[in-house]
Amino acid sequence: MLRLRVNGETYETLTESNETLLEILRERLGLTGTKHGCELGECGACTVLLDGTPVLACLVLPDQIDDAEVTTVEGLADGSVLHPLQEAFMALGASQCGYCTAGMLLSAKALLDEQPDPTREEIRAALAGNVCRCTGYASIVDAVALAAKAPKGAR
Amino acid sequence: MSTSREWVGRRLGTVPGGGEDGDGAFQVVGKAMPRVDAVSKVTGATVYADDLSFPGTLHCVLLRSPLPHARIRCIDVQEAAGLPDVVAVLTGAAMPTRFGVSPSSEEEQALAADKVRYVGEPVAAVAARDEATAREACKMIQVDYELLEPVTSIDQALEVPMDEPIHAASKDGNVHRLASLEFGDVDEGFAASDHVREDVFFYEGSNHLAMEEHSATAIFSDGQLTVWSSTQSPHSVHRALSSVLGLPMRRVRVVATPHGGGFGGKVDPCSHEIVVAKLAMITGRPVKCTLTREEVFYNHRGRHPVLMWVRTGVTQDGRIRAMHFRTALDGGAHASLGAATTYYTGALQPATYDLPAYRFEGCRVFTNKAPCGPKRGHGTPQPRFALELHLDKLAEDLGMDPVELRRRNYVRPNSRTVNGLRITSCAIEKVTDEVLAASGFSRRERRDGHGQGFAVSAYLCGAGTPMYLNRMPHSEVSLKVDRGGVTVFCGATDIGQGSDTVLATLVAEELGLERGDVRLVTGDTGLTPVDLGSYSSRVTFMAGNAAIEAARKMRATLVAAAAEHSGSRPAEMTVAGGKIGPLSFEQAVAAAEERYGTLGSVGSYAPPPSISASKYRGSAVGPSPAFSYSAAVVDLDADRVSGEVRVNKVWIAHDIGRALNPVLVRGQVEGGVYMGLGEALMEAQAYRNGLLHHPSVLEYKTPLSSDMPEIEQLLVEQPDPEGPYGAKEVGQGPLLPVVPAVVSAIHDALGVWVDEVPVTPEKILRALDAHAKGSDPRTGPRSFPEIPYPPCEKVALPDAASATL
Amino acid sequence: MLRLPRFSYLRPASVAEAVAMLADHGDRSSVIAGGTDLLPKMKRRQVQPTVLVGIAHLEALSHRETTASGAVEIGASRTLTSVLKDAELAHHQPGYAQAAGLVSSPALRNTGTVGGNLCVDTRCNYYDMSEEWRTASGSCLKTGGELCRLAPSSPRCWAISSSDTAPIAVALGATAVVAGPEGEREVPVASLYRDDGNAHLALGRGEILTRLRLPAPDGWRSSYVKLRRRSSMDFPLAGAAVALKIDRGVVEGCRLVLGAVASQPVELSDLVHGLVGQPLDEEAIEEVASGASRLAKPLDNADLSYVWRKRMVKEIVARAFRQAATSEVAAVP
Ligand SMILES: Cc1cc2nc3c(=O)[nH]c(=O)nc-3n(C[C@H](O)[C@H](O)[C@H](O)COP(=O)(O)OP(=O)(O)OC[C@H]3O[C@@H](n4cnc5c(N)ncnc54)[C@H](O)[C@@H]3O)c2cc1C
Ligand code: SF4
Ligand code: FES
Ligand code: FES
Repeated sequence: MLRLRVNGETYETLTESNETLLEILRERLGLTGTKHGCELGECGACTVLLDGTPVLACLVLPDQIDDAEVTTVEGLADGSVLHPLQEAFMALGASQCGYCTAGMLLSAKALLDEQPDPTREEIRAALAGNVCRCTGYASIVDAVALAAKAPKGAR
Repeated sequence: MSTSREWVGRRLGTVPGGGEDGDGAFQVVGKAMPRVDAVSKVTGATVYADDLSFPGTLHCVLLRSPLPHARIRCIDVQEAAGLPDVVAVLTGAAMPTRFGVSPSSEEEQALAADKVRYVGEPVAAVAARDEATAREACKMIQVDYELLEPVTSIDQALEVPMDEPIHAASKDGNVHRLASLEFGDVDEGFAASDHVREDVFFYEGSNHLAMEEHSATAIFSDGQLTVWSSTQSPHSVHRALSSVLGLPMRRVRVVATPHGGGFGGKVDPCSHEIVVAKLAMITGRPVKCTLTREEVFYNHRGRHPVLMWVRTGVTQDGRIRAMHFRTALDGGAHASLGAATTYYTGALQPATYDLPAYRFEGCRVFTNKAPCGPKRGHGTPQPRFALELHLDKLAEDLGMDPVELRRRNYVRPNSRTVNGLRITSCAIEKVTDEVLAASGFSRRERRDGHGQGFAVSAYLCGAGTPMYLNRMPHSEVSLKVDRGGVTVFCGATDIGQGSDTVLATLVAEELGLERGDVRLVTGDTGLTPVDLGSYSSRVTFMAGNAAIEAARKMRATLVAAAAEHSGSRPAEMTVAGGKIGPLSFEQAVAAAEERYGTLGSVGSYAPPPSISASKYRGSAVGPSPAFSYSAAVVDLDADRVSGEVRVNKVWIAHDIGRALNPVLVRGQVEGGVYMGLGEALMEAQAYRNGLLHHPSVLEYKTPLSSDMPEIEQLLVEQPDPEGPYGAKEVGQGPLLPVVPAVVSAIHDALGVWVDEVPVTPEKILRALDAHAKGSDPRTGPRSFPEIPYPPCEKVALPDAASATL
Repeated sequence: MLRLPRFSYLRPASVAEAVAMLADHGDRSSVIAGGTDLLPKMKRRQVQPTVLVGIAHLEALSHRETTASGAVEIGASRTLTSVLKDAELAHHQPGYAQAAGLVSSPALRNTGTVGGNLCVDTRCNYYDMSEEWRTASGSCLKTGGELCRLAPSSPRCWAISSSDTAPIAVALGATAVVAGPEGEREVPVASLYRDDGNAHLALGRGEILTRLRLPAPDGWRSSYVKLRRRSSMDFPLAGAAVALKIDRGVVEGCRLVLGAVASQPVELSDLVHGLVGQPLDEEAIEEVASGASRLAKPLDNADLSYVWRKRMVKEIVARAFRQAATSEVAAVP
């Protein structure tokens, strides 16, 4: 029995040792907001936060995460209040097909948590492991920059 | 763009509204607003195909061919079938009917039964309790193959096959399709030219690499089949399922799930979609199949590698007198939409430049590689690349400014091209002006290693002819309005481009509502009237017009009822802000229900016949209700020593007609620019020893966020007379000029030509080395093969009468 | 979805226990630190250990210490990100920090470790492919087959050493502390490697790398330049690590190590020997860089062409020298 803290909730679930965090989130816990585009660490679609740090869920074994708190896209909004990044992504069209969005949002959140006022180069660098085929990254970089301007309380 | 925009807080659950910009004349049209499904997308609530799960689902894995070309002697599935938790094993014998995305291409089998034609072709399938078991069982299937000599290049495909042709029906070796057309007198045109130039170019194939891997789930119950799939064309899947499974279409329902990207890669009906359906019928349980990334590369249907030869005659003052364009497409193992692709490599040259005489010869061959098909820009980025660079070279020959040479030959609005295409709205001059002004192209800094390149392009707003010949509408919409709300039903599929948002916007505008008041049911063949699919940039134009028609009828009904109810004249009623005349929308609906009973309206769209003036073999390809134009300037640094290229900035101007929602339009433009840069510099579906060279997200190189330059967009709004509120396409056009503009900029920076994309550093160095040695400063194909093109069909020029627009 | 084969995951309580577990399970077992190299390989069935011995959680492997002289000791399980964020380390050993920052992508660096990066498997684009692809292509020496697909007449495997931090660690004269059944030993990082793509590590059964020791800067400057197609994510196509000691414009000491052009980091000591005692001018850099390019023998088993990679060795070596020469010299703390 695996105990996992995800988005502030505690889950207990049966798993096999060879299931990755990605499989557990999607298939055991029904948290399908976390996506997959390669399962080999190459696309960033499965990015989640472990104690606030972005990791690729497709390459994380439950045995490796100890008591870390997992944050997925489902846990980004505060109740019914969207995270400023989510609002900025909406406002600027940074989510088109939306498939890379969860990973982008979480990579961006980690960046803003650490560096509240990043330059565009810093934003580009922080997202460099998240592939997006729709946006050309322009609106995504814009959205992260916009979210950085949100009143601090909003994050 | 709008990073300076002040922060606007919104709350989860409220429908995104507000917005800015836009034309004061409209309530929602033209306003920059989030997409209608934006909240679901940013909260992870959107349910994509692989996120679906039904109780008792079986998981399906396909066994794929390890050989590029072989006959299948026999398949032994006994051991696999005996593995615990395996529920069914399927081979091609169970589904002999051949299918394809269009009637001319019905040669594929869901599982190959007689022979395999490429590495990765599906030959068997297993349904098991879980994916791991299904995969293990696949390994136990024994296939006895008889090797055949593989064909891996265009040249080889033109030779007499060593063993046998890939498809028995092929002529001249492995030729799939030949096209030979002549419009006007080309020989005379060349004779009358002061200068004639020939060039050869090559454009490598590429994959769509949509972030979502294809996935489908099928349920068969109570005699009805339902398939959920990440398809761009539920209608095509519907047709293929019905024909292969022998079920009438009325027994089959295909639901297009929210899409994780398509770009053309999910237009064809695919093996896994048919296989899960068949397995669901056999097992009586839901069956799901999600492809791995590598399998997506095998399924492919991506950009065709195209070799091109072009010869153009011009007068001293830069007027084109004649053009002769030849293409050779490496189609891979199956037809897909390849016949259309072949014609597309020749169709749009005259839609940008006024060619008085034009000869096009195209050829598509079969090779033992993953099948090519439609990718963003379908068959036109390749000739666009060749044509624009060819014109740069012609300008150099004539000592003329390359922009000026183009301008002298631009098509004019409201004209008819030599191949019979109707051009109506056309902002080609304007997009040129805008992009030149913004980039300062003509005043650019000239220094070694720094360069700018310019190119223009044209693209369709939807193919004028359906994929299979019929005279039914291309897009149909029905609208249900009652006291319970407003629902739009439309077969169009939102693949991320925002077609749902467009439908909601148009209907809201017509009915005086907010977009969030409009419920959408789309891409579900069981519930929605037919739409042909999300390809050829057709959805906004076609489904949009159909939606407007349905909404206008509904509006007339509501207005009539409201007028009667309130004793005023219909002409006096305004429809805006949730009110119809003095009544609230709800009151008006109640009045209409009282007066007329159930309310419903329909709309449909088929392009007018006048879009094409000539009939010839292939004339179905090219005509479109409207063309959009794009122009780009690329600024880059190219390193003479390393051959490395750093793109600094891209300016792109696009002739959008009207931006129904600037947020969506800008997204499509930047996405197109990005994909164009990728194809110019990196993307390649390349092979080595018959095997895919780069079947992974890591090795199939695409630009990352940190590789992307800033993009400056210039939207030119000159409403099209027939577009919905004047709108034109934006999904594909903006990719086109970027690729030649990159190569042109490299030439500007280093003085060498790389007539072949993707441009790798090595290709640049090879051209520089050649330059240093005093030979032709160029990298690219040297020659164009001998191709047995048939004699040209001489197409009469559109006569004065049919040229009437 | 690509899934992992079955295995059991062991969580030793100490390095000694980890060593014992590895010794117990022998070839069937593998150490796993961040897993960012091992897990993709397992998903592609390139390796199929049935026992994974986790070491990322071990306190003993995550310490970090600077001695009075400025030598830095880094636990093998510290993440590459922690290296990057380590201002003191960046100050003392800019080349090493630079290399760590050039590995893979941000999220991968959050999981990938210092030890894992030094031990990262060699790569080859006939090998780093799915099981299905390799079946179609046929197995090779590194997957238990009879011949090398890249060089069929070759008796050995030429898979490429693809660590970004190994070349700089070698150039800096770093040492590795290795724990094994026989206890601890300290070896130069250079001798961790063997010139064999199929067995690139000189670690015995049950041995674990526990710490990396970077010597005190002592006036040395360093730099690492990586050749890759894109600005992130990509493995090196070649790497040049330079450690340089210059006094009043004259070279006192110099080490040059190439990465990703052979199955192990390649130190070019003879080539740079002549620099010592000479001023480091552009001409000298050019000469060494050309020499390095001549000596580098990349093969056709990575992205882009090997001809270009070989040619580019000259460029990156020159860039690394220029960078190192102009970099700050760390003050002794
Ligand atoms: C998409 C992608 C891109 C990448 N790009 C790069 C890149 O650019 N440059 C680069 O260098 N790497 C790259 N990597 C590889 C990898 O992520 C890094 O090398 C990383 O640092 C490996 O560390 P790890 O802790 O995750 O290793 P693991 O996967 O845990 O281990 C790697 C190997 O080393 C062994 N090992 C690990 N720790 C020890 C130890 N302490 N003692 C003995 N053996 C040990 C393991 O058994 C295994 O064989 C990339 C990986 C991916 C998926
Ligand atoms: S170098 Fe040869 S033996 Fe080694 S992995 Fe590559 S193909 Fe296999
Ligand atoms: S699915 Fe994890 S990185 Fe692609
Ligand atoms: S929005 Fe589609 S991949 Fe990023």
